[in-house]
Amino acid sequence: MRTLEQTTQEVLDLASKHFNVPAGSLAPEDDFFKKLGIDSLQTLEMLSRLENHFGIELPDYEVQGVSDFRTLASRIQSRL
Amino acid sequence: MLDLSKYQSIGAALKDALQAFSNEVCLIEADREREKERLTYQEFKERAHPFATALQEAAFVAGDRASIIMTNQSKWLISAYAIFYTGGVLVPLDYKLTPNEQWQLLKHSGAKVLVTEYPIWRQLSVAYGRSAATNVRAVLVTEAPANADLAGAQRWEEFRGSSEPTFVPRTRKDVACIVYSSGTGGRPKGCMMTHENYLEQCVALTSLYPFSPGVRYLSILPTNHAIDFMVGFFGPFICGAAVVHLRTLRPEYLREAFSKYKITYVSLVPLVLKNLQKGLQARFDELPPGKRRIFNALVAANKALTKSHPRLGLSRRLLKQVHDPFGGELRTIIVGGAFTEPQTLQFFYDLGIPVANGYGLTEAGTAITVNDLKPFRADTVGKPLPGMEVRIVNAGADGIGEVSVRSKTIMSGYLNEPELTAAAIVDGWLMTGDLGRMESTGHLQLFGRKKNMIVTEEGKNIYPEDIEAVFDSLPVKESCIFAANYIWPQRSMVGEQLLLAIHLEPGQTYSDELRRDISARSNKLLNYQRIHGVVLFDRDFPRTASLKIKRSLLAEELAKLDRASAFLPL
Repeated sequence: MRTLEQTTQEVLDLASKHFNVPAGSLAPEDDFFKKLGIDSLQTLEMLSRLENHFGIELPDYEVQGVSDFRTLASRIQSRL
Repeated sequence: MLDLSKYQSIGAALKDALQAFSNEVCLIEADREREKERLTYQEFKERAHPFATALQEAAFVAGDRASIIMTNQSKWLISAYAIFYTGGVLVPLDYKLTPNEQWQLLKHSGAKVLVTEYPIWRQLSVAYGRSAATNVRAVLVTEAPANADLAGAQRWEEFRGSSEPTFVPRTRKDVACIVYSSGTGGRPKGCMMTHENYLEQCVALTSLYPFSPGVRYLSILPTNHAIDFMVGFFGPFICGAAVVHLRTLRPEYLREAFSKYKITYVSLVPLVLKNLQKGLQARFDELPPGKRRIFNALVAANKALTKSHPRLGLSRRLLKQVHDPFGGELRTIIVGGAFTEPQTLQFFYDLGIPVANGYGLTEAGTAITVNDLKPFRADTVGKPLPGMEVRIVNAGADGIGEVSVRSKTIMSGYLNEPELTAAAIVDGWLMTGDLGRMESTGHLQLFGRKKNMIVTEEGKNIYPEDIEAVFDSLPVKESCIFAANYIWPQRSMVGEQLLLAIHLEPGQTYSDELRRDISARSNKLLNYQRIHGVVLFDRDFPRTASLKIKRSLLAEELAKLDRASAFLPL
């Protein structure tokens, strides 16, 4: 079982890979809309990647209003 | 043309439709690759009637208000039908608002009943705004897990009466829905839409985009939004068509739905349409040079052959590789909620996929104009719908002035706001606050806004008053939010931005620390509500005797500054 820290790190790694930003340039408290310059649709694409990686289903409503990696990771963690 | 003249209410028209099309499929609900539900009109009625009975047993009577806060799904429509059947007034709220904003609007609307989904209720039930909305007496929650703590709510699935409900008639002038067009920041604008508004709009829209049994509408825009309520519920149901709901809007499942369910119509906001354009363009760019040349020639041929009007069958054959992924049945993409750039519209039209753009306001009962595609004019928002009178008020030498509208689809007013209503509807004409010009061909062109607000590509209306609270305690003398184009008018409907005008304390400078503070506060807002820059003002803001900021006067003063140098990006 992953710890929340591990999950958060994996979320950051996947996001940096998916959006082609240097590894290590994203922090858990970063606002992904702002930091990655993405819109709500691109966020949904990122969610699909995260679901595949973690082998879970993350309903759209779970990420409603979420804009930072830490909260996103905690939502994933609760479904692992 | 559809004739709804014999009906007095949404409920009466829907009741007959459920009877007339009883064996047709009305709803399909899918979650990812799994189809969760497929209902005929008869089955829909069998789900809705026990709910309506239970409402009546709970003393829900004609004119009582019931709110729905749900994502698009079958229980949204079932609940709405039951509310209309029992003579109630529906208050559809945006599920994307924060819980406290939702409670604020629930309180303002006077809703007695709330229908919502368990994940939404989990957040709503613990929000502090709940204590003030004492008018909400019953909360019905769908899909709650077996051992869930419902915090005073009841399970939607168990809220059932056993006898047949009594149909409660309403008149055309009665309020059918209260739809909030804005105003979570102090003065909520609850548009009171009458039964007549919807019946008339339905006739007008279906004359251009007909629904019938076999037609399938993919419902993506939130159903609380005026567009989806009309073309994703009332319109198709009245005509015996089917509505397809997806429980996730991930692009991959959305793409799959077109071919899996043979979609006929879909409504999208400009942001999604542009995303679709990007995806298609990337596919075309990957074609090897030889195939690309052939493809370009086919697009050119399609353009020439569809110059005067769309020829769907021909386009589908010519550009099969483009049309097949859309399921081969797609007639029109309806785009709304915000202004769509002409090049995006043209891109799809050239591929033989007509995009019906239009122009509308909640206050006007969804759409005012729609592009009738005869011929397609990407640079306009189309012609007024049947029954809509449009005139340009105070037009300048260039013919551009404020768009005003008169029709039977115009709201009866804003709930509890006679002053706002009087400002919006003058001698029966709705003043839209948008700037436009009527062409000799009858097409309307838009050129920006007169009002202090922006509309994002996601179709979100943002009013400065709704987000200013975040900056209340900012360590400056005073601050005020504006739409940049309200201060420095642009003849454009795209790229709208919000700015924060600030007046610093004596001796204070616009430091990096202050900029970071503003940025951090802005980031607390939803991503589409955030401000883009700051403008410094070196005098006291003009204020009324009761110390309210005189926004229009302040805007006039700010307009004297040079936009390029005064606007400091965050």
